[in-house]
Amino acid sequence: MKRVHSWVTYLQVAPLALVFLLFLVVPIATIVVVSFFDYNTTQIIPAFLIQNYEELLFSPVTWQTYLQTVEFAAITWILTLLIGFAVAYFLAFHVRSTTWQMVLFLVCTIPFWTSNVIRMISWIPFLGRNGIANSTLISLGLIKEPLEFLLFSDFAVVLAYVHLYTLFMVVPIFNSMMRIDRSLLEAALDAGASGWQTLRFVIVPLCKPGIAIGSIFVVTIVMGDFVTVRLMSGGQSASVGLMMLNAMSLLQYPAAAANAVVLLLLVLFTVAAMMRLVDIRKEL
Amino acid sequence: MTRRRGPAFWCLAAFFALFVLFLYGPTLTILILSFQGPSGGLTFPMNGVSLHWFGNLFEKQMVGDFFGSFERSMILGVATMVVTVIASFSAGLAFRNRFVGSGVIFYLAIASLIVPSILISLGIGLLYRVMGWDPAWYSSAFGAHLTWTLPFGLLIMFAVFNRFDRRFEEAARDLGASAWQTVRFVIVPILLPSLIGVGLFGFTLSYDEFARSLYTAGTFNTLPLEIYGMTTNVTTPVLYALGTVTTAVSFLVIGMAVASFTIVRRRRLRHGSDAGKAA
Repeated sequence: MKRVHSWVTYLQVAPLALVFLLFLVVPIATIVVVSFFDYNTTQIIPAFLIQNYEELLFSPVTWQTYLQTVEFAAITWILTLLIGFAVAYFLAFHVRSTTWQMVLFLVCTIPFWTSNVIRMISWIPFLGRNGIANSTLISLGLIKEPLEFLLFSDFAVVLAYVHLYTLFMVVPIFNSMMRIDRSLLEAALDAGASGWQTLRFVIVPLCKPGIAIGSIFVVTIVMGDFVTVRLMSGGQSASVGLMMLNAMSLLQYPAAAANAVVLLLLVLFTVAAMMRLVDIRKEL
Repeated sequence: MTRRRGPAFWCLAAFFALFVLFLYGPTLTILILSFQGPSGGLTFPMNGVSLHWFGNLFEKQMVGDFFGSFERSMILGVATMVVTVIASFSAGLAFRNRFVGSGVIFYLAIASLIVPSILISLGIGLLYRVMGWDPAWYSSAFGAHLTWTLPFGLLIMFAVFNRFDRRFEEAARDLGASAWQTVRFVIVPILLPSLIGVGLFGFTLSYDEFARSLYTAGTFNTLPLEIYGMTTNVTTPVLYALGTVTTAVSFLVIGMAVASFTIVRRRRLRHGSDAGKAA
């Protein structure tokens, strides 16, 4: 506010700004620059070629991979949204004591602070050929042969996504719900709305910002993912991230960079579309 | 909201219970299976109960460099935590004033959250390659982790300062406190629980980070990279033992954060400090 102290303000924000400059802006700029470079089997050669993009965009494999990634993102988005909304709704409106609310909320958030790779691995004893799911189903007499599609399949990939990322939906939606003035719900009830109508016409519209923030998290994470796809599909499914990884392991850095630029644009457009629904700064 | 609990409550409660089971069930399973007997496999049934696989974990040649990677991840986690707390807090102070470029920095923080981790990793890796530098866990991976933890820290600080009563500061200043004294003896004590929270984010996000370490860690692996490497070539419960150990470390850190919250709150109650009433 006071101009006298403005240099202090800049000093205070400098460490943060410096990290973003050195480890976000410059690296992304490097990707963009390198995506126009030439390369051979041993080195990358500074140049200005659009060949990397041509090869990428004219390959049917690229389109299939992008389609698969978008499909994963869409399915995961719908599932995490439905589950996350239900969980947040229960916590916000059905748990009456504040202490219990906080305890149950913590129970939901603790897995966020543990290792994702370990949480993926922990599905192996459940889904494997001789895993808990198969042996339970067999002993119940529902199936005769173990189901093969449980582990190392698209099913396993989506299951792991939902397992890992539903949290990103629960937290912002819960936050939105806790800000809803409870007298609005009373008013809806008094005006003769059924519970369902209150949900549909009062709660859901007021939760839109939370839903948007959660969706941005889930969709961007799934679109850039490669660990889950590789671990849970056992190498049978593809994703854009994995495609980049393969190019990198073949030392085709400019090809990987071109792919990275295309993915970045796709992610930014998706987020821009969702941001139209919400002003993030107002939500804090 | 004084109605009796109807069927909707019980349906949702059951759903919630299933969700919690879904969240914790698999982790509990590998916790149990990590105590498999020496001849046990990756799935049930248990072939006896033993600490065999934990012992196995500590034999260096079996699983690569577990101790080294664990040590690196701990150091990196603590360093990331310290820088995240200080940089976010200081930036949070700055953002209370209007300054040129505040919008740009805010959107950079958002961008840092939404740009896929693999791109940050790839970008830093490429940058180091183009410049001819060697990536290492203490330089490039450190920076990569900060791009993930700082936005969380900054957003938490925004939320905290939005609820902060500036009259405490004005009172301190009226009583003759210098700017530094105001920060040190008024703002930091009031915000302490939130700063602990930011620290928790900083440490655990760094300790568990995989994608951002992939092209930035250089020659020596961090723990998540080590675990990932193991998933492709280890087919014994030693994998679960490692999972149990790392999860235990995560829980220990969460437990320490929760304990610090409680201690801060108790101390405030005991001393009857008026600071607690603002936070």
